[in-house]
Amino acid sequence: MSKTTVIIRREFISRVRKKSFLVMTILGPLLMAAIIIVPVVVTQLSDSDYAVAIVDDTTLFSDSFEDTDNITFTPLASSIEHSLQLMHDGRFDAVLHIPEMAFQAPSTLRLFSERSVNISAKLRIENILKLEFESLKLSHAGIDEEVLRSIETPVNIQAIRIKDDGELITDYPEISMGLGIVSGLLIYIFIFLFGSQVLRGVLEEKTSRIVEIIVSSVKPFQLMMGKVIGVGLVGLTQFLIWVVLTFAIVGTFQLAMPDMFRFTPDEQVYITGSQVLSVEEMEKQKEIIQQYDTVAGQLMEGLMAINFPVMIFSFIFFFIGGYLLYAALFAAIGSAVDNEADTQQFMLPVTVPLLLSIIMAQMVMLNPSGPVAFWLSVIPLTSPVIMMVRIPFGVPYADLALSAGLLIGGFILTTYLAARIYRTGILMYGKKPGYKELWKWIRHH
Amino acid sequence: MNILLRAENITKQYQKHRALNQVSMNVPAQSIFGLLGPNGAGKTTLIRIINQIIGPDTGTIFIDNEVLKPQHVQQIGYLPEERGLYKKMEVGDQAIYLARLKGIKRHDARILLKKWFERFDLTPWWNKKVEELSKGMQQKVQFIITILHRPKLLIFDEPFSGFDPINVNILKEEILNLKRDGATIIFSTHNMGSVEELCDHIALINKSEKILEGEVNQIKKTFRSRIYEVELESKHAPEKLIPDNRFTTINTKSNNGSHSMQIRIEQDATTNMLLEALLPMGNLMSFKELTPSMNDIFIKKVTGKFPLETNQKNGEPIP
Repeated sequence: MSKTTVIIRREFISRVRKKSFLVMTILGPLLMAAIIIVPVVVTQLSDSDYAVAIVDDTTLFSDSFEDTDNITFTPLASSIEHSLQLMHDGRFDAVLHIPEMAFQAPSTLRLFSERSVNISAKLRIENILKLEFESLKLSHAGIDEEVLRSIETPVNIQAIRIKDDGELITDYPEISMGLGIVSGLLIYIFIFLFGSQVLRGVLEEKTSRIVEIIVSSVKPFQLMMGKVIGVGLVGLTQFLIWVVLTFAIVGTFQLAMPDMFRFTPDEQVYITGSQVLSVEEMEKQKEIIQQYDTVAGQLMEGLMAINFPVMIFSFIFFFIGGYLLYAALFAAIGSAVDNEADTQQFMLPVTVPLLLSIIMAQMVMLNPSGPVAFWLSVIPLTSPVIMMVRIPFGVPYADLALSAGLLIGGFILTTYLAARIYRTGILMYGKKPGYKELWKWIRHH
Repeated sequence: MNILLRAENITKQYQKHRALNQVSMNVPAQSIFGLLGPNGAGKTTLIRIINQIIGPDTGTIFIDNEVLKPQHVQQIGYLPEERGLYKKMEVGDQAIYLARLKGIKRHDARILLKKWFERFDLTPWWNKKVEELSKGMQQKVQFIITILHRPKLLIFDEPFSGFDPINVNILKEEILNLKRDGATIIFSTHNMGSVEELCDHIALINKSEKILEGEVNQIKKTFRSRIYEVELESKHAPEKLIPDNRFTTINTKSNNGSHSMQIRIEQDATTNMLLEALLPMGNLMSFKELTPSMNDIFIKKVTGKFPLETNQKNGEPIP
């Protein structure tokens, strides 16, 4: 085994054995799974029944309110004062007061409650009353509601991309955006998490003063690369476990409660009161439901449109390349200072390009083929994140090759510079160097 | 004399500071070589160059008449002045790791280490984390790691700092054992007295330059003080005892006709002449030359004067 391998092995094993690694490895997927599952569960379980009493002085709308899964409406014939008393006694959560004037002056509508109001109930009531008022106004104006409804025309343009080989594919920018931002973020997080582990590792060797013992056996470059690669492997291992476990947890949950993950359209408030639906309205309802049904299908179609071999290969490449590029810089910072507090000054120029790429990611998504996107995706310091944001939208192979080539070149350059700083820095104690000093270390043989 | 390590005209320039200036030295095989000098003289820089941690600007190092190459690290054991271990790592694992970096196989390293741990009473600590060990035990572990791969050349930079007197003795004994087994040892220290007894040869470094090198006995001869400490019972007054200017009395203490004096023999005189002059004067109780310590020699080399003489000038008693 070469000495570098011996170092990589120690870096890997000593980190993987740590309790914090175990905790992170388990907590990570739990958190990720929770992020996916909790919103689904929450929308399903939503809070318990919310009872709304309706005091309708106009007597026109009492029947318009249909109960939903978690909101019950109860028309009351009693006075508003009495109703409020009932609410105070705990019979209702809220009281809706529709005064005589409501139709002419909707601002007189009141929703009373003793705790802060349930937003979804408020929205629902507003929605219902809006439709009711509109249809009342239409009939006052002598316009047939059905005629009006038939005028409503949903417009939904299908975006078609013509590929280089002439094949036409439906474009789903929303899916590309999602994939792009997720993979860009993952790379960003990975670089930060494990880059700073490299930094702390170098600092630990320096402050524990073991470094001179080690560099009498191996070259400083071997020690630095051993650490960078070892920590990188720890990161990859953790990442793979995360992916597998996250899918496992979400998958198990999905199997256990399949209902929760079915696409169900939000109930639209098309059913007005107790009115019988007209045939046309039924059609409309069906159409809407169908549209939602096909969302799943569209999602699949959208995913199929992504070039996954390129996507996965690029992700792995930029994931590793970006990490290596930055890890060398983090190692150099760790070698230049004596304690963690002093790292701040040098962290800034390293973190700025990373932060910049995350901030610019949104702009890049809006115009993934524009000049900003192009340049940020080929410059090595920002390319790992930005290129991943661009790839789901389709990137010419020439751009990919240029970006990959520059990233490899950039990695070699940062490693070369970092090694020169590292070599001098690990043996320097006591004084905090400035940038001028670092530059001298780089130039000095 | 077989030379194990030869340094030729080593110069190392840091940005504004010249750490080593044309330093050459010869370290004979199977001997203990003291690299002496005050803090900041350039000792550690020279040692780092020998260990190939840094490169010299000019000059060459030879080991066994071969130009120093990366492979030579296997033949060198180095205990740096600034030394430590991974605090969170277990002692045994860590020792094996460091041994493997020196090219020993895992299996062999374990066997060798077990033996040494036994010898230094460290066996119960094999599975403990380094942070649980006392400073002295950590030093022992570091010592074992340094010598484990049986290097031809051992370099100890301030080896005794941090050791208690008992462990210092254990260490000295081990170092003598290593020499007996054929190793060559370079000691670097600013505490010149501490290694005087161990060293066969020394080199003195001051302000980046080597100012003295040679066999310890030889150097001591060259730097004879020619000052003798004499105790004499005599009824004569001390001033009367020394007849002529071939001798100079440096210091006298008298007590009831018993005189204790320090007398320097000037250039053309000999010890015999002094004895001849003294014997008729009374009862000679003791007579011995004040041998200069390495420290004295160093100060003489740097300032041109022995500390004894400096003391005399200030009118202070000689220690």
